[in-house]
Amino acid sequence: MLASIGQFLLILSLVTAAVLTVLPITGYFKNHKGLMRTGRPLSYLLFVLTLATFLILVFLFVIQDFSVTYVWQHSSLTLPLRYRITATWGAHEGSVLMWVTIQALWIAAVARYSRSLSLSQISRVLSVLGIVATGFLAFVLFASNPFEITNPAPLDGRDLNPLLQDFGMIIHPPLLYFGYVGLSVAFALSVAALIGGQIDEKWIRWSRRWTNLAWAFLTIGIILGSWWAYYELGWGGWWFWDPVENASFLPWLAGTALIHVQAVSERKNAFRGWTVLLAIIAFSLCVLGTFLVRSGSITSVHSFAADPFRGIFILVLLALYAGGALTLYALRVNQLKSTDTINLNSKETLLLANSLIFITATFTILLGTLFPMIFEAVGKKISVGAPYFGLMFFLIMTPMAVLLPLGVQLKWHKDAMTPAIKTLLPHLLIAALLTIASYYLFDGLNLRATAGVFGGFWIASTALAQWILYKGKTNASFIGMSVAHLGVAVFLFSMSMTEHKDVEKDILMKPGQTSEVAGFNFTFNGVTAVQIENYKAQQGSILVSKAGEPIVELHPQKRFYPKQQQPMTEADIYPGLTKDIYVSLGEEINKQGDWAVRIYIKPFIRWMWFGGLMMLAGALIALFNLRSKRLEQQQINTVMKDQLELS
Amino acid sequence: MKKILIATIPLSIFLGLIVLLYVNLSTHSEELPSPLIGKPVPAFQHPTLYSNKTLTHNDFKGQPWLLNVFGSWCPSCQVEHPVVTQLAKTTDIKVVGLNWKDEPADANRWLQRWGNPYDEILVDFKGDTAINLGVYGAPETFLIDAKGTIVYKITGVLTTEIIQKELLPMIEKISP
Repeated sequence: MLASIGQFLLILSLVTAAVLTVLPITGYFKNHKGLMRTGRPLSYLLFVLTLATFLILVFLFVIQDFSVTYVWQHSSLTLPLRYRITATWGAHEGSVLMWVTIQALWIAAVARYSRSLSLSQISRVLSVLGIVATGFLAFVLFASNPFEITNPAPLDGRDLNPLLQDFGMIIHPPLLYFGYVGLSVAFALSVAALIGGQIDEKWIRWSRRWTNLAWAFLTIGIILGSWWAYYELGWGGWWFWDPVENASFLPWLAGTALIHVQAVSERKNAFRGWTVLLAIIAFSLCVLGTFLVRSGSITSVHSFAADPFRGIFILVLLALYAGGALTLYALRVNQLKSTDTINLNSKETLLLANSLIFITATFTILLGTLFPMIFEAVGKKISVGAPYFGLMFFLIMTPMAVLLPLGVQLKWHKDAMTPAIKTLLPHLLIAALLTIASYYLFDGLNLRATAGVFGGFWIASTALAQWILYKGKTNASFIGMSVAHLGVAVFLFSMSMTEHKDVEKDILMKPGQTSEVAGFNFTFNGVTAVQIENYKAQQGSILVSKAGEPIVELHPQKRFYPKQQQPMTEADIYPGLTKDIYVSLGEEINKQGDWAVRIYIKPFIRWMWFGGLMMLAGALIALFNLRSKRLEQQQINTVMKDQLELS
Repeated sequence: MKKILIATIPLSIFLGLIVLLYVNLSTHSEELPSPLIGKPVPAFQHPTLYSNKTLTHNDFKGQPWLLNVFGSWCPSCQVEHPVVTQLAKTTDIKVVGLNWKDEPADANRWLQRWGNPYDEILVDFKGDTAINLGVYGAPETFLIDAKGTIVYKITGVLTTEIIQKELLPMIEKISP
């Protein structure tokens, strides 16, 4: 019954989205004010409808309605309430519905916070967002319907995948979707601008804040994913260059290029076409990522059930959105004339270089992700692993780290290169000294670690100096940028340490045995059986001590979820300021209680995520930029005045 | 003119990408061809679950049959189960289960709960026959002809689509 209402609301949402696609843009072409004004109310309606649909699905999980196929497949009587709620987006159908709901939320927000846009602009933007929502709603309804009924209903469900019964997994997907979908605003602006054949600073300034917000969400989504993989998957890694991870990383890279180019194009009439193109690329990569993850085209550890029909559907959407936008781009971009000339010795040039570096990185990683497909097309099976990505990324990002401080140092419009470089030279020395100090402090570093640590110090030193130098400059945009760049520095340093100075040991331990790893003593006190909520576990007890002083007792688990018949390795971690101690159970070796125990020492790994959080904070701080607030208010006043005069 | 050409570069790259993705989607498979196809079914001798017999590979000669590898511990087998049931009910083919590495008590409970579509169930407690068949994960299904030759193999869950498009035509071909 309730499921039928959900189904009905889903259909209504689709119809509303379709109407939103058609009406405002028709109004724009016919210059009909009434039709253009339908955009905002339709957007609010769309959000209310999709939210209601989504909440019904959540409710079906809460009341354990096993007549709904999606519910019994991903829940069970023994699943705790909190995971029943999150199971809603634990698998394909529900997560696409959540995607659409978040999309509708963004559309409603765009409708609400767009007073600085003229009616003809916002009507185009909302219609383009409408077509994106229509496509995905059709995808939910026709290829991933979560309200399908099983008759007769099973008595118990199959339970949620144990990997997803975890806090990180609860919030990681929604945040990532906020990021993906958020990039559709910049995309819609690009398409709307191409339809009209013109774009101005005000419009870019407006879209820049949405892009910043979307980028912030993507950043936190990726950090959480990485953190989750680290503590949940039990092999101590934080990034695997897995196709699904790349799917979230690609839009992030393109988005990074975009926000830097927008900084130029909102100030002057330059790089207009490039801004528009980057926005199209960034959102297209989100859809492409969805395709790769959901179609089963690429073999990945993140196994979503592969379904060729879904694959075709998303491929059609991708062809429609990206293909349509790029066709428009080909036809119209030459009308978006960039009239201002760019001086070679200026911030603008460096920001352009930044975007080129990031877009190169994007396409290199895209190529690596697609290589297996290219080879399969000619009948070979290969896999491209972390070494390729790691090396390529290192090579491409090296110039980024070198140039970053120079880009901040150079002034807008016109500057001289030599004085700027001279100002930065002392920091080169500081960074070199600190790197040498680190080299001895941490008993030697290899080439890549040295380069990474050096890059970290170089960026940090200059960013701090520039901050002090421009003390008077307290606008949010500058502070946000500095915080984000310090985040890059922190990330570079800690990532180099984590990657190259970690210790990994697999030890066969007898109960009572003590082994020494990196100066710590690990005493294995055997394994006991425990029963918790919906799983049984064998729980190890390992006492960590140093020089006879006990530090902590860790309890890694080997869990078994009876309903899913799936074992899980739950590591236990002692987090520290400069290092994590990470212990997980391998296999039971014999009946005497001997276990294979895996011990990792991960230096500075927390700092890495902290660096990511700083980038996120920087993006958020920049949203409070007074300059753009003031300019936006002026723009709102102009729009209001126009409207008054017209009426 | 040059400007227009440059403006179409992104579109051209994208079209290439779409073609690649499309080609891949229609040709991609996780399937690894089984080297056993065309070979005789490996020799076996197993007790059965309900009929209290001991059957060997020779007992099935004379008509085509389907060997479905399953276990009560395997969630995908449960997904596939209604389809296997439907297949057994609606066609004449003999459907034999290979209960793989399963406690007989568990298998019994599982079959009572979800129904027993099999004509016979061979109990492969140690998993020897599964190894000989090159099974690397349940469920797997083998189609064997009247002479005892493996003609077809499906790895993973049987679906109505696979049955209609691949399995039934194959059965048609080998049936006398």
